[in-house]
Amino acid sequence: MPDRTTIPDIKDAVDFNLTLKPCDKYALTNGAPVYAVNAGAEEVLQLEFVFFAGNCFEEKNTVAAATNYLLKNGTRTKNAFSINEHFEYYGAYLNRACYSEHATITLHCLSKHLNVLLPVVKEILTEAIFPEEELEIFKQNCKQRLSVNLQKCDFIANRLIDQKLYGADHPYGKFSSMEDYEALHTDDLKKFYADHYVNGKAILFAAGKLPADFATQLNNFFGELNINQPANIPQNVSLPATEKKSRINNDPNGVQGAIRIARSFPGRYHPDFKKVMVLNNLLGGFFGSRLMANIREEKGYTYGIHSFIQNHVQDTAWVISTEAGKDVCEATIDETYKEMKLLRDTLVDEEELLLVKNYMMGLNLGDLDGPFQIIARWKNLILNNLDEKYFYDSMNDIKNISAAEIKDLANKYLVPEQFFELVVI
Amino acid sequence: MVEFKKFTLGNGLRVIVHEDKSTPMAVLDVMYDVGSRDEDPAQTGFAHLFEHLMFGGSINIPSYDEPLQMAGGENNAYTTNDLTNYYIQLPAENLETAFWLESDRMLSLAFGDKSLAVQRKVVSEEFREHYLNKPYGEVWHKMRELAYTVHPYRWMTIGKELSHIENAKLADVKSFFHKHYTPSNAVMCVAGNITFDQVKELSEKWFGNIPAGEKYERRLPEEPKQTRPHHLEIKAKVPLDALYKCWHIYSRLDKRYYTTDLITDILSGGGSSRLFQSLVKEKKLFSNIECYHFGSVDAGLIAIEGKLVKGIKMEAAEKAILEELDKMKTEEISEAELQKVKNKTESLIAFEDVSLMNRANSLATYELLGDADLMNKELAHYQAVTAAEIRQESRNIFDENNCSTLYYYSEN
Repeated sequence: MPDRTTIPDIKDAVDFNLTLKPCDKYALTNGAPVYAVNAGAEEVLQLEFVFFAGNCFEEKNTVAAATNYLLKNGTRTKNAFSINEHFEYYGAYLNRACYSEHATITLHCLSKHLNVLLPVVKEILTEAIFPEEELEIFKQNCKQRLSVNLQKCDFIANRLIDQKLYGADHPYGKFSSMEDYEALHTDDLKKFYADHYVNGKAILFAAGKLPADFATQLNNFFGELNINQPANIPQNVSLPATEKKSRINNDPNGVQGAIRIARSFPGRYHPDFKKVMVLNNLLGGFFGSRLMANIREEKGYTYGIHSFIQNHVQDTAWVISTEAGKDVCEATIDETYKEMKLLRDTLVDEEELLLVKNYMMGLNLGDLDGPFQIIARWKNLILNNLDEKYFYDSMNDIKNISAAEIKDLANKYLVPEQFFELVVI
Repeated sequence: MVEFKKFTLGNGLRVIVHEDKSTPMAVLDVMYDVGSRDEDPAQTGFAHLFEHLMFGGSINIPSYDEPLQMAGGENNAYTTNDLTNYYIQLPAENLETAFWLESDRMLSLAFGDKSLAVQRKVVSEEFREHYLNKPYGEVWHKMRELAYTVHPYRWMTIGKELSHIENAKLADVKSFFHKHYTPSNAVMCVAGNITFDQVKELSEKWFGNIPAGEKYERRLPEEPKQTRPHHLEIKAKVPLDALYKCWHIYSRLDKRYYTTDLITDILSGGGSSRLFQSLVKEKKLFSNIECYHFGSVDAGLIAIEGKLVKGIKMEAAEKAILEELDKMKTEEISEAELQKVKNKTESLIAFEDVSLMNRANSLATYELLGDADLMNKELAHYQAVTAAEIRQESRNIFDENNCSTLYYYSEN
């Protein structure tokens, strides 16, 4: 009979020396940078074009997202159906997404099919035409989806907390309304496309099992495009709301409230940022966090409560987010502040701190496994103008942060008066 | 091709080992052959509630999560109508911690009133968050009841109603554990940077002396063949009318499962799929439409659901769906279209197998179905499907007498 009462010997993950595997870096003829991780056992690859075409570049709400979405809905020689059919015939996926600074187009495919897919990717990046009818369908479907989302307390809460943190005109704080969709015009999209895609700035990220002539293929199709123009991300100033606390009743029959407790927080360049990641984990960053232990596992007020730092390039925010029973929303908020106070007043004990560190290092070890994860790390560094030193500094901060530093950071940032507080029922 | 070896312990626990030396991690996946289909109709939601209680500490280990986090690991679990799966990923050096934790909770739980009281509340909030407090959240509760008359698939994994969870008693929980959480009712897959010998030794050490328990014999009522259309109309506080239809299909191990799976890809799932192109893009009747099936072990359902464009009549929208299904029944699809959905499947499988966790999970799932090696035969099954079979199965399945339809109207 084995000894079931003692944990088997473990190797502390905090003692691991994690490495970020290198990625190849080169440039196309036009100077557009390419980052590539050529690895993996499966015959698959991912190729992502990151354009500086996020919503911070738009002059009219929702134009950046609409342009990005409708890129593949018609070119000079192909309609939306035949473009989709082409990718789908080869079992490939061409996804796109629009964020605040960047907008992406991502191809996932079996490596053997890359050569028949790239010509159509090129066509989309150079000859998209944004047909009137496609835009009308898009507008109608977006409005319908919005009407459903407006009945969800979490959706409303996410929009409002961003608006309070950054202001309604800030790229991180603005959101799309029915009127914004209604006002979209194909001319807006065509102009945005010309200014930010056809003549834009792109960075390419690739990972997976790449064909031997991958760099040549990329250069043949994209090396002559005008996608290495200077792009200056506009500096936007946050205009936080003055009223810190709000309670909103969106649904008279609602049985839960969406709670958001959030404060503005400096970006990645701030010296506290990396260390605060450890404090955040302790507070609400994982299943064993203080908030989960108290509010879910002790009180049963919620299915889950989480805290996180928003992934923004510029200013950012520290957010605590949960959906809790309607009758226990206020109690949930009180308990959240109690947990902040505990972190401000009492040193975290060494055992708990080691646990968080080990957990974070173990998670990082798993997250650095495989080409898609490795390129995701590199992408995050590069789009934030950072390099691998930042990665290694982050690992060192996890390993070395002390209980006293944690307490200092809690006193500096976990101050209830600095938080916005929002409940949407 | 995913390589693996397997062995069975004396107490009946089946163990699958998948070595992958390219990763620093290990995965330990324990899958129990119990899901919400094994519940008493008066006590639904139990399998899932029980999954929560499995984290409340076991006989020798008061806290499950903390030692695992200390070992740099993370874990989660899910319950379906068919099975309950618990999985851990951690640095391979600390594999034994995973064995220690999982074996102790298979041995016996530390049942406590406090843990039950809290998890009843947590699961009730999960119920509210996902099914009560969301527009259209109740729909599949209604649809399952409409489609099934006797089979326990007629309730959702979360439970038929909140009261079943709120009334759960400790004695019921205990008997559920003893009935289902036995070695012979489970499959374990260990994957990653480990060796077969190491897994064999650790399995014997930690799981070998757990009593075999009584093998649970599943005797579920078989759903009789549906012989007339089922129809329901509901008015709800939602902004848009929505239409739901579902038809009975085959069990997971039936050869026709693969044909059915490809039918869903022909109809939906991509920008060039039939329902999207015809009903969203050309006729503009729906703002979104999907076709999917539930992948359940016993005979399941294939479903089509969509939200109607404002101003479109339910009957007109339904008629357009039926016209598309008629084409499936009368015209053979082209070789190119068939090849398209096969290629999509090939690609999907390749991408899924990139993740170690997915591989471990799939091996355990297939072993529970009968043989882990089914995983490596899947693609060949899909590639063997013919256009004639697609047409034949469309005829068999898309029959109004086999169909349940819900008109979900907006009150606004």
